[in-house]
Amino acid sequence: MKKTILSIFCFFIFVDILFANEQQIKEIEIYKNLRCLVCQGQSIADSNSDFAQTIKLVVKDQISNGKKKKEIYDFLVEKYGEWIVYEPRINKNNFFLWFLPYLVLVLGGFIIAIIIKKKGT
Amino acid sequence: MKFSFSKVFTYLFIFFIISVFFIGLKKSNIYDTKNLINQKINDFKLPALNQDSVITDFNLTKNNYTLINFWASWCLPCRDEHIYLMTLKKEYDLKILGINFKDEKKNAVKFLKKLGNPYYLTLVDDTGKSSVNFGIYGIPESILIDKELKIIKKFIGPINQTNILEIANIIK
Repeated sequence: MKKTILSIFCFFIFVDILFANEQQIKEIEIYKNLRCLVCQGQSIADSNSDFAQTIKLVVKDQISNGKKKKEIYDFLVEKYGEWIVYEPRINKNNFFLWFLPYLVLVLGGFIIAIIIKKKGT
Repeated sequence: MKFSFSKVFTYLFIFFIISVFFIGLKKSNIYDTKNLINQKINDFKLPALNQDSVITDFNLTKNNYTLINFWASWCLPCRDEHIYLMTLKKEYDLKILGINFKDEKKNAVKFLKKLGNPYYLTLVDDTGKSSVNFGIYGIPESILIDKELKIIKKFIGPINQTNILEIANIIK
């Protein structure tokens, strides 16, 4: 009987630790992608400023309320603009930023192909 | 004339680099909250400083214009702007809602007693979490909203004489 109680107890502790770690990892991941607006080139994760601490509390609350990463970013972008997130979103303003590398890659391949073809002939 | 693909490509590449620098360097990197203009104030619920009541956004729909001012007794620029807030209250009869930000109640009360109270309502945000709803990232900051709770103008930093004239022009 004692063993059963002890194993149930251990199971709950293990689940609690596992869940807490998962939440912490998610929190840190989000902090790292948020820019501290009052700091010089620091993320929310790196900064200890008043603003960073407030944002950390808000993110923590929203995760506890079951909000998804995207919903948290959307909320903060709505309040502080796109400048607050480090990873630019895919929209018409950032279209070139996201797709230019692929375009350059294709164009580069095309140019190399032409050069090789020319040299071959 | 022979068409040279590499020449055209080089010119296009140089043109592209110059355009990117031209656009990028012309763009201001200073953060502002212009994107908040015309947004509606979301549902908020904050406790009052001196009463056991809770104030919601509904209370603000009664005023034609409301200036929401974020302040704290520990904030020095808030002292500088206080005189201008008093002017807005006395001369322009503007309803100013004060949100006391991460402050001690006794210090906030002392501050208002000493410098005068420009606020028709003073609310408390002791953790600063509610201020994120207003897009606040430091104090003092003020937001002018209309009857429909739409943000008309946002003032980052202490209110000054120029801001008073701007507000007067909007609310006249």
